[in-house]
Amino acid sequence: MCDTCGCNITHGNESLIRPGGKLAKTESGKEAVTVLHSLLHENDHTAQHNREHFDQHNVLAINLMSSPGAGKTALLEATIQQLDKNIRIAVIEGDLETENDAERIRKHGVKAIQIATGSACHLDAHMIHQALHNLDLSEFDIVFIENVGNLVCPASFDLGQHQNVTLLSVPEGDDKPAKYPVMFRTSDLVMISKSDLLPILDDFKVDNAKRYLQDIASTAPVIELSSKDKSGMPLWFDWINQQIETRKAYLQEHPVHHGHHHHEHSREHSHSHEHHAHAEDTLNNDS
Amino acid sequence: MHELSICQSLMAQVESIALEHRAQSVTSVVVAMGPLSGVEAQLLKNAYPIASAGTVAENAELIVKTLPIRVKCNQCGSESDATPNKLICKQCGDWRTTLVSGDELMLMSVELEKSKDPKSVH
Ligand SMILES: Nc1nc2c(ncn2[C@@H]2O[C@H](COP(=O)(O)OP(=O)(O)OP(=O)(O)O)[C@@H](O)[C@H]2O)c(=O)[nH]1
Ligand SMILES: [Mg+2]
Ligand SMILES: [Zn+2]
Ligand SMILES: [Zn+2]
Ligand SMILES: [Zn+2]
Ligand SMILES: [Zn+2]
Repeated sequence: MCDTCGCNITHGNESLIRPGGKLAKTESGKEAVTVLHSLLHENDHTAQHNREHFDQHNVLAINLMSSPGAGKTALLEATIQQLDKNIRIAVIEGDLETENDAERIRKHGVKAIQIATGSACHLDAHMIHQALHNLDLSEFDIVFIENVGNLVCPASFDLGQHQNVTLLSVPEGDDKPAKYPVMFRTSDLVMISKSDLLPILDDFKVDNAKRYLQDIASTAPVIELSSKDKSGMPLWFDWINQQIETRKAYLQEHPVHHGHHHHEHSREHSHSHEHHAHAEDTLNNDS
Repeated sequence: MHELSICQSLMAQVESIALEHRAQSVTSVVVAMGPLSGVEAQLLKNAYPIASAGTVAENAELIVKTLPIRVKCNQCGSESDATPNKLICKQCGDWRTTLVSGDELMLMSVELEKSKDPKSVH
C-alpha cells in the first residue's frame, strides 16, 4: 500500500471496504490481486511533489475554484491592486480556450502562466507541474491558481495547493453548497462574491448559505466580498496574511531540505503493492 | 467530464499490474467508491469501454461497489449514516462531524487470466 499519497484505507472505513476480509475466491488459471490504491494516486503524488516545490521556496499556493463567471479573475485583479506590494504574486491561469484571463492579470504587471486546458473541465497536478517549470518560484510569495470554472470536476484533483478557496457568487443562489457538496467540502475558505448585489438579489441569504455549509460539516470561514466596490477586501487580506504566517511557522518546524535536486524520479511506474516509484517527467529547469 | 481521465489512470494501474504478474488478460476490475468521491459511478462505467479499448483489460468486467456515507460526531462520539448534503450526527444533531467513509475512490482488486508458461508463476 501507499503511505505517501493518502490513498490508504483508514481505521474508520476498513470494515466497510473489506467485508468478508480475505481475497475473493478464484477459478483455476486465474489470480485475484488485491490493490487498494486510490484511482487518483498518480495525480496525488504529483500534487505532493508540487507542494514540495512551493515549500522549497516558501511560496503559499492558493487554488481558486467556482462556477464559470463567479468572479475569480476579478478577485485576482482587485487583490493585485490592493494587497501589500511586498507580497509578490504570480498567477497560473486555467482557461478553456483563451488567454483572456492571463492577459487581464498581465495588464497589472503580474506574471501569469496560461495553461490551455482545451476541452478539459479541470486542472490536474501534472498541468501545474508543467507550469511550475516556467515559473521561478524564488521570485514570489504567493501563487494563485485560477481553476477552470466548474463546481464539479476540479474538486477531485489535488494540485499541490495549500489552500482551496471557493467563490459562490450572489447571482448563483445560496443553495450551491447543498448541490455541490464535494466541492464545498474541499474548501478552506468560502467567499460569497459579488456581495454588492446582495441588496438587489435579496433572495440570496448569507445565513442560508452558511447553514448549507454547516450541513456538510464545513468548518471553513465564510467572507462576503465585492471586487467591484471592494468591500470585504480587508477580511480577505487578513485571511491571506494568516495563511502566510501559518505556512512560515509550519516550515520552520518542518524544514524542506534545500540544495539537492529532487528531479531524478524514474520514469516507470512500478506497482509492487508494497512500494511504488512514482511517474514523473524529467524536466530539469526548476531553479 | 473528469470520469474519462480518472478511468484512464485506472487503466494505467490495471495494465501495470497485469504486466507485473505476466497476465494474459484481465477478467475483472473492482472499484469501490463513495458518493462523496466526486465521481459518478455510471459515468465511470460509460468511460470504461473507451479507456480500456486495446488494452489487456478490454474484455474485463468493471465492478463498482458503492460505499456508504458514515460520519463520526465530534461532540458525542457516535457514528451514523448520512447523505451527501446532510453530514450531521443522527444521535445529537450536531453538525461538527468527521467523515469516516464515503469519499473513497479506490481500485480494490483485479482478476487476472494467467498464461500457461510455468516460469511466469508468481
Ligand atoms: N457586480 C459584480 N460583478 C462582478 C464582480 N466580480 C466580477 N464581476 C463580473 O462578473 C463577470 C465575470 O467575472 P470574472 O472575474 O471574469 O469571473 P471568472 O470566475 O474569472 O470567470 P471564468 O474564468 O470565465 O470562470 C464579469 O462581468 C465581472 O465584471 C463583483 O464583485 N460584483
Ligand atoms: Mg476567469
Ligand atoms: Zn499511492
Ligand atoms: Zn518537479
Ligand atoms: Zn468533468
Ligand atoms: Zn453527536
